[in-house]
Amino acid sequence: MDELKIYTYIAVFGTFGLYFAIAIWARAGSTADFYAAGGGVTPFQNGMAIGADWMSAASFISMAGLIAFLGYGGSVFLMGWTGGYVLLAMCLAPYMRKHGKFTVPEFIGDRFYSRTARIVTIVCLIVASVTYIIGQMKGVGVAFSRFLEVEYDTGLYIGMAVVFVYAVLGGMKGITYTQIAQYIVLITAYTIPAIFISFQLTGNPIPQLGLGSTLADGSGVYLLDKLDMVVTDLGFKEYTTATLGSSLNMFAYTLSLMIGTAGLPHVIMRFFTVPSVQAARSSAGYALVFIALLYTVAPAVGAMARFNLMNTIEPAPGQNLEYEQRPQWFKDWERTGLLAFEDKNGDGKIQYTADKATNEMVKVDRDIMVLANPSIANLPNWVIALVAAGGLAAALSTAAGLLLAISSSISHDLMKGILTPDMSEKSELMWGRIVMSISILFAGYLGLNPPGFAAGTVALAFGLAASSIFPALMMGIFSRTMNDKGAIAGMCAGLGVTMLYVFQHKGIMFIPGTSFLGGLDANWFLGISPNAFGAVGAIVNFAVAFIVLKSTAPAPKEIADMVDNFRSPHGEIAAAHDH
Amino acid sequence: MENQSTYWQENLRVIKICLVIWFVVSFGFGLILVEPLNAIRLGGYKLGFWFAQQGSIYTFLALIFWYGKKMNDLDKKYDVENS
Repeated sequence: MDELKIYTYIAVFGTFGLYFAIAIWARAGSTADFYAAGGGVTPFQNGMAIGADWMSAASFISMAGLIAFLGYGGSVFLMGWTGGYVLLAMCLAPYMRKHGKFTVPEFIGDRFYSRTARIVTIVCLIVASVTYIIGQMKGVGVAFSRFLEVEYDTGLYIGMAVVFVYAVLGGMKGITYTQIAQYIVLITAYTIPAIFISFQLTGNPIPQLGLGSTLADGSGVYLLDKLDMVVTDLGFKEYTTATLGSSLNMFAYTLSLMIGTAGLPHVIMRFFTVPSVQAARSSAGYALVFIALLYTVAPAVGAMARFNLMNTIEPAPGQNLEYEQRPQWFKDWERTGLLAFEDKNGDGKIQYTADKATNEMVKVDRDIMVLANPSIANLPNWVIALVAAGGLAAALSTAAGLLLAISSSISHDLMKGILTPDMSEKSELMWGRIVMSISILFAGYLGLNPPGFAAGTVALAFGLAASSIFPALMMGIFSRTMNDKGAIAGMCAGLGVTMLYVFQHKGIMFIPGTSFLGGLDANWFLGISPNAFGAVGAIVNFAVAFIVLKSTAPAPKEIADMVDNFRSPHGEIAAAHDH
Repeated sequence: MENQSTYWQENLRVIKICLVIWFVVSFGFGLILVEPLNAIRLGGYKLGFWFAQQGSIYTFLALIFWYGKKMNDLDKKYDVENS
């Protein structure tokens, strides 16, 4: 066994051991522990847990790679996935915490005094969470198969077993404390290589500053200027100005991700774990501190990875790398099929250009950039091992949070809330665990047999949250009169429009060949891509809800009183969520 | 009751201020005005690019903490802190 493999085993199984130890220490004893960690998590701890919960395999593995190839266009992810926390902190979290229930469907059911509204929310929540979880399971499988050279399937089984132990045993309490540990693992794993690389390239160890610095090669040229020059010479779009579609598309995309973030139930749920309204507000702040640590480093990781990649292949204009002399990391990733070279002009050298006819890097998967980055920069083996553990921490922590959201909406909202309201706490807790176990098996199954739509899942999850859940919550809090009919009609309309748009361009349930308008940009409404359509769905939702409200009776007085009550932090706060 | 509705009005005012800034730094500086701002440099960064990939996130952070502080003051002023 080589050195890298030994380090990787130590890093991965060392961190797994830590997660188990925490799970045993923080076992859940009651439903309040299981769903909301007994309401006793401090804002600082909760911030870290939200950070780990939020930052998934997509944030850790994919985002910097996307930015590396999109340049300025990648900004939509940076602003979109952080800006939502501003909305959460001011418009949603404090009031929902004051209302004092366990779940998002429960809040919507109470506020709109409607079982139908609650069921619509449960459906949205389950679809959004399940689609989201497939990506995490795939992330676990890929990380294992690349770093430990086991089969993808084996990696997936190990991941399922680990989540099973700490999520099912510990519930929210176990998950929260494990996520704190996972946050520390993932942020260390993300920033250490970035610091190394930033220092190598610019002499400045702080990546956020390094990205704006001059190169350390004595040329006095700024890194970003040099990168712009290198990529435009090869025919690519200029890095710092390349857009993602039209301006309107970038606007809608950013807005969709922001309100989608604020409406994702597994994130909102975390705010039910803190003891007070004030703590809910500061939790959002701490969460964003911990998220921003990764999100402000990511643009540096992306730009520097692109820079190193271009430089490896063509160190100076015209001096292309001989294929036979390619570095070890190049061979490693070729084996996975995520990187591919084809010698089109037969000169034995690698040409990497924007022109499809002459480009010889026929495949450069964006997802490999973060994972390959440390090897591209020749960093020591222990750093590479750390990145493996970090990627797994990011995927597992998000999977656990999603599983909790799914199990609570089934056992608490559907079974206890709607089907059998006289269920005892003990049997609810048992059902919570059973549902979570089934969810893990189901998610594992989907990870092994990914449906064709895995690539489109992010669009679906954010589209659902942005077009149905976010507007309903906003109207529930900021309008005293919004009634059940308006809210339900709004949710269904917003959801319907968004799903229709996504399906008509990407296929019904993403089945190839069923997209009746095709994925062509020419057919996009105002040039807005399906991934960015959640914002339009949200507008439709608001509009329909208010039109319906105009022709129906406003919400009754006791509902208006309830709204007044949760708008003010004053008075009883349902401490450990007694019913 | 009177107190409570002025508390809510003040809360809305604070939220409005925050959301205007939230919009200006991200959608304004980072997207709509990015081209003119890119003419200005911040070290190696073009300013519009910097707002889109760094500045907006720092501003979001400042906004959330400022809002939290403002609201804690309001909670005290209207005596609505929850125990």
